[in-house]
Amino acid sequence: MQTLLRTPLYDRHVALGARMVPFAGWEMPVQYEGVIPEHKAVRADCGVFDVSHMGELEVEGPRAGALLQLLLSNDIERLDDGGAQYTLLTNESGGIVDDLIVYRLTPFRYLLIVNASNREADFEWLKEREIPGSDVRDVSDEYGLLAVQGPRSLERLDLPDAPAFSFAEGEIDGIACMINRTGYTGEKGVELMVPAEDAADLWDRVLDRGATPAGLGARDTLRLEVCYPLHGNDIGPDTDAISAGLGWVCALGTEFIGADELRRIKSEGPARRLVAFVMEEPAIPRQGMGIEGGGEVTSGTHSPMLDRGIGLGYLPASLAEPGQELTVDVRGRPRRARVVPKPIYKREERPSGSD
Amino acid sequence: MAVTETYPDDLKYHPEHDWARIDGDEATLGITWFAQDSLGELVHFEPPDEGTRIGKDDTYGEVESVKAVSDLISPLSGELIEVNKKVVDAPETVNEDPYGEGWLVRIRLADAGEVDSLLDAADYRRLLEEQ
Repeated sequence: MQTLLRTPLYDRHVALGARMVPFAGWEMPVQYEGVIPEHKAVRADCGVFDVSHMGELEVEGPRAGALLQLLLSNDIERLDDGGAQYTLLTNESGGIVDDLIVYRLTPFRYLLIVNASNREADFEWLKEREIPGSDVRDVSDEYGLLAVQGPRSLERLDLPDAPAFSFAEGEIDGIACMINRTGYTGEKGVELMVPAEDAADLWDRVLDRGATPAGLGARDTLRLEVCYPLHGNDIGPDTDAISAGLGWVCALGTEFIGADELRRIKSEGPARRLVAFVMEEPAIPRQGMGIEGGGEVTSGTHSPMLDRGIGLGYLPASLAEPGQELTVDVRGRPRRARVVPKPIYKREERPSGSD
Repeated sequence: MAVTETYPDDLKYHPEHDWARIDGDEATLGITWFAQDSLGELVHFEPPDEGTRIGKDDTYGEVESVKAVSDLISPLSGELIEVNKKVVDAPETVNEDPYGEGWLVRIRLADAGEVDSLLDAADYRRLLEEQ
């Protein structure tokens, strides 16, 4: 039997009565009070997630930027110190080895926060392609990572507003951490990267400040409502970035692995596309279900905000326009659905002048 | 999940965590506290079609939480006479009141003798302790 890894917050989760499940080799909290109340807490106020299972890789050296420009799809030269970028690690066919956020610490030092399940594969991918003047290190075990997300998250942490995808060193109640304006929920928020030995203290302070602990269950429903793809479900080495709707993070004017293939797919138009859909009848789509006409569900769930089934899936390009009616095969039962624009859930615009 | 763990003495139980309340030649069916707690907040109830004949130990529908789907196993054979529409509209009713408002279907029993094969509350509690 494989031993599951535990984050520095394991004891905190157990003490809170979390339901622990295996995820990407880690023993993680899937829920505390329940997926739906945790989801709604993040949409209405502030939630905190332990995402210490995610991988942190550092790339250092005078040619670190040059290496990353060659391996990552986005244009790293657009980053300044203190800036971050959503980007893809692509293969020769334009497939997605991983999706990640790259942070420029200095011109010669970058941090990559990657999916837990791809940590080793990403490290090896980068290490094998190192060029003179670049050094890749896996520093995952040195850090804990807490995502504090929700419309009141900054106020609860007494943090000033700052642009999305910026970061800075700072502190929360005297605990030094890197404060990243990033997240996976579609809400305002931060991800706090902290030395592993301080992670439990930081967690306690964040809870004291009124954040609701939230598990992987809510993390999945939140990201799906705003159509953030999940690597392993919606994107992977066999799905290219253009078909996945991630052309906006591919700087096709630069040279990186797979760029030629992605330029070709873009100019010819992808044969299939990753679309968002909502169910028009009571039913919950699940990964692997067929969609009439040659499509397949890659992620599905019940949306707590819309109170109905929602999902992402690949469809032939001819069926991929918003408004298109679909039929999802729900364990042998045909159920009606409709393609919708992304994101599926969007906060209602408030009248200007009100808070 | 408002309610505390209970297994009422007046019900009969199936090892797949389903209960039956016998009333003459009819029975009301539902899922136990343990089943709803394991699943989490229910968000969908897929009931059987009208007039369906349900076999003992057979699947007669599904319930789903955000993360999981579970087959409903009938403790007894019979013909469907009523679906709890309240649970179709508000599946979380099962979490709030699994033995009352959260019942799932009523059936007309095909063979009242089958009742003897079910567990009583004490047997079912023992089964849970062994798991």
